[in-house]
Amino acid sequence: MENFTPWSSLAGGALLGCSAVILLLFSGKVAGISGIFSGLLQPHKKDFLWRLLFIGGMVISFFILSPTLPSSSLITPSIVLYTIAGLLVGIGTKLGNGCTSGHGIIGIARLSKRSIFATCIFISSAIIVVLFR
Amino acid sequence: MLKLLSASISGLLFGTGMIVSNMIDPAKVIGFLNITGQWDPSLAFVILGALVVFAPCYHLMIKKRTHALNGDKMNWSTNTAVDRKLVLGATLFGMGWGLVGLCPGPALTSIGSGSLYLLCFIISMSIGMLLVEKVFKKLTINVKNQIMGR
Repeated sequence: MENFTPWSSLAGGALLGCSAVILLLFSGKVAGISGIFSGLLQPHKKDFLWRLLFIGGMVISFFILSPTLPSSSLITPSIVLYTIAGLLVGIGTKLGNGCTSGHGIIGIARLSKRSIFATCIFISSAIIVVLFR
Repeated sequence: MLKLLSASISGLLFGTGMIVSNMIDPAKVIGFLNITGQWDPSLAFVILGALVVFAPCYHLMIKKRTHALNGDKMNWSTNTAVDRKLVLGATLFGMGWGLVGLCPGPALTSIGSGSLYLLCFIISMSIGMLLVEKVFKKLTINVKNQIMGR
C-alpha cells in the first residue's frame, strides 16, 4: 500500500461533499456528473446554463491548480481502448442513471437501495475488467 | 441567479476535490480496482470523505426541505426500483471505468490538459449517452403507439 494517500483523499472527498451540499441546498440539483453532462447534450433552455457553469467550473479548477499538479499517467497508449471505454461509460451511465458521483456519493448518503446496488455492481465489474486486463 | 452562482462554485469545488484527491490520475483509480496487485485504498477514502460531509448535511438540513433556497423544487430521484436497466447500465459503466481508469468526473476535470486520449473518451461517451437517449425515446414512442392503437 505504498501509494496510499489517506489525507489528500479524505480532503478531496470532503470538497466533493461540500460541492454536492451547495448545489443541492441552493438550487435543488443533484451533483451527479454524468447526469449534468448528458443534459448539456440535449439542451433545454432553462436547464442549460447552470449545467454549463458547473462543468465550466470543473474545467477552470484544472487551469487554476495545474501548476501544482503531478504528472498524470496514461493506463494504455491505445486510442481505440479509450474510445471503447468512453462508449461503455456513456451507455452505462445513461442506462443506469448515474456514475461514481451520483450513485457512489449522493445515492449512498441518501441510503438509496438503487444507488447502493449500482455502486456494488460497477465497482465489481471494474475490478473484474482490471483483473483480466 | 442563485442557481447559476451555486452551480459555478459547486463546479469549482468539485474539480478541486478531484484534483486534490488525485482521482484525475487514472493510475490512482486502477490502483484501487487492482485488488490482487499493489492495492491502493485511496478511492474508498475519497468516497468516505465526501460522505462524512454530505451525509449529515443531507439528513439534518436538506432532507426535510421540499424546495431549495432559490425556490426551485428539490430535484432528486424518487425511483427505488433495482431493475434490469440499472444492473446492465452499472455493469457496462464499470467495464469502461476499469478499462482505462476514467469516469465522467475526472475525464471532464482534466480535459484542459489537452490530451487527445481524453478528448476521444469524452466524445465517444457523449455518443453513447445520445445513443441510449435515442433508442429509449423510440421504444417509449413505439409502446405508446401500440397502446393508442388498441
